Formats: sequence, structure tokens, C-alpha cells
Amino acid sequence: MSGTTATGTALLAAASDASEHRPLIITLFGAFVVATLCITVWAGRQTRNASDFYAGGRQFTGFQNGLAISGDYMSAASFLGIAGAIALFGYDGFLYSIGFLVAWLVALLLVAEPLRNSGRYTMGDVLAYRMRQRPVRTAAGTSTIVVSIFYLLAQMAGAGVLVSLLLGITSDGGKVAIVALVGVLMIVYVTIGGMKGTTWVQMVKAVLLIAGTLLITFLILLKFGFNLSDLLGTAAANSGKGSAFLEPGLKYGATGTSKLDFISLGIALVLGTAGLPHILIRFYTVPTAKAARKSVNWAIGIIGAFYLMTIVLGFGAAALLKPGDIIASNKAGNTAAPLAALEIGGGGGSTGGAILLAVISAVAFATILAVVAGLTLASSSSFAHDIYANVIRRGRATEKEEVRAARWATVLIGIVSIALGALARDLNVAGLVALAFAVAASANLPTILYSLFWKRFTTQGALWSIYGGLTASVALVLFSPVVSGKPSSMFPDADFAWFPLENPGLISIPLGFLLGWLGSLLSKEEPDKGKYAELEVKSLTGVGAH
Amino acid sequence: MVTDAPPPEGGTDTSPAQPTTESFVEVQESAEFGELRRAHRSFAFPLTIAFITWYLLYVLLSNYAGGFMGTRVFGNINVALVLGLGQFATTFLIAWFYSRHAAERLDPRAEAIKSRMESRMESRTPSGTETGTEVDA
Repeated sequence: MSGTTATGTALLAAASDASEHRPLIITLFGAFVVATLCITVWAGRQTRNASDFYAGGRQFTGFQNGLAISGDYMSAASFLGIAGAIALFGYDGFLYSIGFLVAWLVALLLVAEPLRNSGRYTMGDVLAYRMRQRPVRTAAGTSTIVVSIFYLLAQMAGAGVLVSLLLGITSDGGKVAIVALVGVLMIVYVTIGGMKGTTWVQMVKAVLLIAGTLLITFLILLKFGFNLSDLLGTAAANSGKGSAFLEPGLKYGATGTSKLDFISLGIALVLGTAGLPHILIRFYTVPTAKAARKSVNWAIGIIGAFYLMTIVLGFGAAALLKPGDIIASNKAGNTAAPLAALEIGGGGGSTGGAILLAVISAVAFATILAVVAGLTLASSSSFAHDIYANVIRRGRATEKEEVRAARWATVLIGIVSIALGALARDLNVAGLVALAFAVAASANLPTILYSLFWKRFTTQGALWSIYGGLTASVALVLFSPVVSGKPSSMFPDADFAWFPLENPGLISIPLGFLLGWLGSLLSKEEPDKGKYAELEVKSLTGVGAH
Repeated sequence: MVTDAPPPEGGTDTSPAQPTTESFVEVQESAEFGELRRAHRSFAFPLTIAFITWYLLYVLLSNYAGGFMGTRVFGNINVALVLGLGQFATTFLIAWFYSRHAAERLDPRAEAIKSRMESRMESRTPSGTETGTEVDA
């Protein structure tokens, strides 16, 4: 299917190497699965009430949570997607690393601490605080689930890509089987382990990912005598594009439209993070706002170090591999990092190469598993707490019923993402995640900021902003070249792409902010002054925080 | 109070006691809280605008000043890479700068207001905290 064209030599070589060393790969992956399942069962035994299930008992330290945030955030997009984007398009791929990191400042300066102080389990707690509960919670729950599913789609695409590389499985059945395995594992992690189990899985994964990336980075740098300039020069020469490979514009510089797309992507990346529900709920796992601040600082350090290594990883892949081989293996470049690992370990046929390939692939699997668990937890929490408990049952559900609803929602979301995972194989994983960022920045961030900082904000403003931002961003993606009209689209044979940009952020994010403002101005309802006083005082001081 | 979802809490995760809405309004209007708000906003807002501007400048330069960005600084390291790494450096720096500001200027003020409100709550009847404003949030 996706990768096995006649020229797919790298894929075939990798696959045959992989099959020789299949026991090793399966052992490594199996070890991770067994270890994380033990953690999950252990955490599940300590999960007694809703606060344990949703927020891990709020007893994690700033460092632990910083590690878990890193594990939650550095997804297949960061690992496979960015390395692939840099390997194929050189410098333009690097924007992802920068945007993904700078975005954390929005979370640090404006969102993390107030959210920790004033919310309880979900993003919706803060969004709906001052507003009429039912409509705003419905909106918050809807956008949480949509953003998480976009994000899940990307992770599932990454899983499908890995398996064709690793096990040489190119049949649809094999891919669906592996996507289903990922789905089942994530259902188990979340239903049994709740937030506590998920947090530990994410911490373990963060350590593995950093260790694996450090190893490959070190080996690549070693090969180039720790001379970054040499590495870049070789990458440029090997890419066949010369010094243009090291300059902006290779992917986005061609036309005026593609330049706009670059700006759109840039804005979505920097404003998306602070609106991602699965990241926001992580702040509830620490006891205080100060600890939330500390965890963001740790996360910025860890994530920053990782993204610095993506430079070496991506340009290293470009320097070590033939560009044709990267594309042949996966059109979107998603396999560049594992292929680079194979090459740096001694190349196809060598034991060293096969071992490194196995290690890196197992790390990538761990990465995907930890992130999908976080995403599933965020969306099922929001379903249970925002929609089921506060909208459907109007706040009359018991804690037990709420957690039971969350567990069932987990199963349902797991099944949906397995089904969707099959569709997104050939899209760059980082590009897909950027769409989730755009939706989060359009639908969630405006309402979060207005709620916390603008006293005239009303229920109508919140609803216009959430639904408007959500509809605009999703619709623009639907009618973009990501979905149809190009050979690389999700449906290459159809063409209903009238919106020229791949990322909708440029239009949908300002629209989300505008609608929130306009909806409040045109609102007949007076903003609730008492509620705003509560929210503002709580958010800045932590009085009465959960 | 506009709350169509009064939250009866079940189970063991009981909600912490909440001050009354009146006392929240009173604190919000106090000079002390005004100072805390100003200390946060006057720092966080301009800094946010600054780093987003700097980031957008970088994105725009990448788009429309390719020649400048491609200028080699040394070896194969060009201006684009240096500015990109500059984004990393400023991010680390701002995170450190904000955390220092928060520890010096925000935490003591927030702490003082919080403990005053809590002690006032304790001196009131401890059961009189049900205000209907506690929206499970």
C-alpha cells in the first residue's frame, strides 16, 4: 500500500532487517507494554474516587508533572513528523519545533496557574465558570472531543506507519490490526489506571524518548565529529537541493499562497498549546498553582532540549539517507527517524542497525501509546464531567456514576479512533497535529483568555467563540488540500478543496477571538459580576482551590 | 446566581470551603488585590505581546526575507538557523524571567490575600459556605 512502490528499497531493506530481528523488536515492545500495564494495574488499585481518576489525586510534584507533560506533548508528531519534515524539506520543517516550544510561554504566562486555581477536572470547568452551565459545558465538551480526535488521528497514522516499517506489514489488515492493538491498550490504560496510571505511563515514556533521542543524536554527531556545520553541509548536498535546503522556503516558499500557509501554521502552533484539553488537564494533577508553574518550567526545559535534538535527527536523516528512500518508505517522511537509526547503527543488514531500529521503533510506539492515553483521558473526562454529569444529569450524578460514564466514554472513543486511524496513513503526522492545534487555538483559547481576563465576557460570547472557531477551523480543513484535490490528500481522487491553505489558523483563530468579543457585545445578558469576582480572585490567589 | 447545575458532591473528594460571593467581590475591589492584578497583567501581557511579535517577525522573515535568512554566519550555519536557535534562547529566558517575577511579586501578595480570606472564613460559621455559587468549578 502506502510505501511499497518498486523503488521502496529502504522500506524493504528495513523490513527485512526488522523481520530478522523481529524477536528483539517484539521483546522490547512487549517489555514496555508489560511494564506499563503493571503500572496501570497498580495505579488502578489506588484510584478510589473521581479526583483520583480525573486528576491523579492532585499529588504529583512539579517535576513529575513536568515530565508527564513532556510525555503527553512530545507525540509521534514531534518524533516522527518533525524529523520527517526536516529530512524532506530542510529548514521549513524546523518551524514546527520552534512553534511547538514558544507556545509554552502562552501556557506559562496566562493559562496554567489561573486554570489550576479555578478549575477542577476539565477545561470546561474554567470555560463555564462564569457562564450558564449547560450550554457552555456542552460546547466545551464538544470542542474537547473534536480536538482530541484530530490529535488521535495523527497518532494512529504514526502507528500505522511504524508497523509497515517494522514488521513489513503492508496489507490493510495488518495495519488495522496494529492500530486496533494501540486502541485496545489505550482503553485499558485509561479505564483501569485513570489519570494516575496515565501520568506514570507518560513519565516512563518521556524518559525513554529522551534517552532514545539522545542516543541517536549522539551517534549522528559522532559521525560528523560533533561539527554541526559539517552535518548541515552534508545534508544540503545529499538532499540534492544545495544550500536552499538550509534556508526557509523549500516547502512553503513556492507561491504567495504557500507563504500564507506558513504564517497560518506558525500562528496555529504558537497559540494552540494553551488550548489543548489533554495538556490543560495535566495542571490539575499537582496540588498548587506554584507547582503548576514549576511543571511548565520543567516541561519547557525537557521539551526544548528534545526539539533542539530534532535538528540533528532531521538533518542527520537527510545527510545519511537518499531522499528517494525516505519518500519511498513513507510519502510524508514519517519514517525518516527510524531509517536514520538503522543507517547510523551500521546500515541495512547489520546487527547494530537492526538493534537501533528496533529500539527507536519501540520508543516511537511508547510515545504513541502514552499520547493516545492522555488524549483519550481528556476527551472521556470531558464527556463524563462536562456533558454527562453537568448537562445530561444536571449535576445530580454521583461520583461513581460519573467515573463509570468516563470509562464507557473511553471505550467508545477508543473504537472511534481505531476506525479513523486507517484513513490518515499518508499524511505527515506533524501536519495533522498542526490541524489539532489550529482547532484548539480557534475554539478554546479565545474563551479561556476572555473568561479569565475580560469582565464583559458573556455566555453568548463563549458560545459564539467556541462553536464559531470550531466550525470554521474544521470546515476549512474539510475543504482544504489536506482532505481532497491533491495526490497527497486523504481522498486524492475527489476534489472539493476550495480553501487553498492546509492550515486554517490564519482565518479561524482571529475569527474565534472576534466572535467571542462580538457575541459578548451583542449579548442582552449582563455579565455576572459576582461570578467574575469569584473567578478572578480564585485564579490569582488560589482561594478555595480544589 | 445563574447556575442551572447545582452540584451535590458525592463520594470522598469533598470540595474545599468557599468564601461567599460578597467577600469575593469585596476582595476583588480591594486595593491589595488591584495591586496583585496589576503586578500580573503589567508583566504578563506586554511580555506575551513581545514574544509573539518576535516569533511572528521570525516567521515573516522566513517567508519574505529569504536572502537575508540565507546569509551565512559561519560554515553552513546561516542567519535563519541562528534566529531559530534565538527563539529557543528567548523562550528559556522568558520562562525563567517570569518565574522569578512570580516568586518575588505575585506569590507573596497572593498568599497574603488567600490566608486573610481563609482566616475570615474560619471565623465565620464553618458550615455557612454553601452559597449556591459553588459550581463544581
